[in-house]
Amino acid sequence: MARLSDRNGIGAAGRAPGARGRLGALVARHGRWLIIAPPLLFLLVFFLIPFGFALKISFAEAALRIPPFSDVFSVSADHRLHLSLSLANYKYLLTDEVYAVSYLYSIRTAFFSTLLCLLIGYPMAYAMARASKGAQGILMLVIILPFWTSFLLRVYALEGIIRDNGLLNSALLWLGIIEHPLRIMRTTLAVYLGIVYSYLPFMILPLYATLEKLDRTLLEAAADLGSKPWQAFRDVTLPLSMPGIIAGSMLVFIPAIGEYVIPALLGGPDNLMIGRVLWDEFFANHDWPVAAAVSIAFLVLLVGPIAVHQHYRVRQLEH
Amino acid sequence: MDRRNSPFLISVLCLGIAFLYLPMAVLIAYSFNASALASVWGGFSTAWYTELVHNRQILSAAALSLQVAALASTGALVLGTLAAIALVRFTKFRGRLLLAGMVNAPLVMPEIITGITQLLLFVSMLQLIGWPSRGMTTIVIAHVAFCTAYVTVTVQSRLQSADRSLEEAAMDLGASPLQAFVDVTLPIILPALVSSWLLSFTLSLDDLVISSFVSGPRSSTLPMVIYSKVKLGVSPDINALASLIITGVGACVLIAGYVLRRAERGRQAEVLQAAG
Repeated sequence: MARLSDRNGIGAAGRAPGARGRLGALVARHGRWLIIAPPLLFLLVFFLIPFGFALKISFAEAALRIPPFSDVFSVSADHRLHLSLSLANYKYLLTDEVYAVSYLYSIRTAFFSTLLCLLIGYPMAYAMARASKGAQGILMLVIILPFWTSFLLRVYALEGIIRDNGLLNSALLWLGIIEHPLRIMRTTLAVYLGIVYSYLPFMILPLYATLEKLDRTLLEAAADLGSKPWQAFRDVTLPLSMPGIIAGSMLVFIPAIGEYVIPALLGGPDNLMIGRVLWDEFFANHDWPVAAAVSIAFLVLLVGPIAVHQHYRVRQLEH
Repeated sequence: MDRRNSPFLISVLCLGIAFLYLPMAVLIAYSFNASALASVWGGFSTAWYTELVHNRQILSAAALSLQVAALASTGALVLGTLAAIALVRFTKFRGRLLLAGMVNAPLVMPEIITGITQLLLFVSMLQLIGWPSRGMTTIVIAHVAFCTAYVTVTVQSRLQSADRSLEEAAMDLGASPLQAFVDVTLPIILPALVSSWLLSFTLSLDDLVISSFVSGPRSSTLPMVIYSKVKLGVSPDINALASLIITGVGACVLIAGYVLRRAERGRQAEVLQAAG
């Protein structure tokens, strides 16, 4: 029996609790909670509970004070708790069309940039998977390295290429292909380029992982049975690499949809992604309750479905 | 076996890699441009690097960012490792689903939402209990929260693949469970610990959105200073700073990767020797 309980937890310090006194017994009985409690409590207080506060404040009204919102709960002089919920912020989200427009625009931008990443990343991952073993290791490193370097600085670096007097325009002008600089900065194209540039490694890595494991004899079998290479690709490789396509697309789509830095630095005034609207609501308009309501709505409408989808996909993989 | 790549695939791969690296290469090249105008090459100069050393705003922001990154990645390493052990080793406990959810949620949560909600928490806490005032403390707490997620995921997968029978053998030979973990399992998961600490460090060093929300009026991290400068247009001293960060982080990652790989090979050789 003692052996069994030992195997259950590594925190249970002491095989013979009696020998180590009462402290040992206490640790043996509750030892696993010494391991579970710190991360559980920390994340509960500093990650989950904040959403409760956001929910509360989304029902408050903006006010000229510090912090800039009215009390939702208040205790009056006769010690009664008063609850003043205001649905005005949520009504405002429905009436001011900038929110609906930016939600839809964020989804569209994230969708098309994910598609672009897939179209560029798939052949790259495919080529990597077919390279020699030694080359594969080096290519992996080459693809991963940008992910470690600063995201903000990479977006800034891209600006150096695509701005009006940047490298791209200078080169095209010098070659005589164009007569006037192309306007890429502050356009939708710049936002797409920024997202693809930043998140391409996220697409390539899961694709490479599935393509690399792909059983090549299946392709040989298809060829033996008379498939042309592109038919074999369509009927064998593509369906089998579906898990990689889905994983890579999620890894690009999810951060892209809430993106702030890329539309703010590279996009123009029309590129109203929801992250940018939220930022301005907060820092420019100082309307915290509306910002809180936008966050809650965003969470329910976009992050919720994604999280549920991920949850069931993980379940499926486990079974 | 058909391992040949078509010219099309090879060119896409090369173009893609060029696309990933060209902007950074151009940035580094321009950091040595004597001219302040981005479009003109005014000759080689290291003037922007010297200017950087005298820029107090950038230096103090860099110092703050490095302190925050060191504290946050260490905190996240401890919490994330504990969470990974809890999730892998304890299959049933109250709150397991909650912990698993909270560990994975930051990975899919848009930073801007995490930032806003955490700010609202800090502001409310300050009102209720008088702590924490916005500044380095709140930035570190916020960074620990999202870095913990990355540490847990990395350590979790390593821990899952670790062979538990080795630990059980150690316990059969008289080691306490804690001893067995420290002597047997810890060396196995050490590479995951090192790489997740490094990952947390770079993520914290790079974070702009969450820091912008939870920081106070006098605590600007390096990305916040960079962002406010970049927003106004190209500034040559930021080119120099960016080049330093990109090459510095790149070199650290390459060295760490090399060291970890060698250590791993050495360990595998030892295991083979012991087995043989």
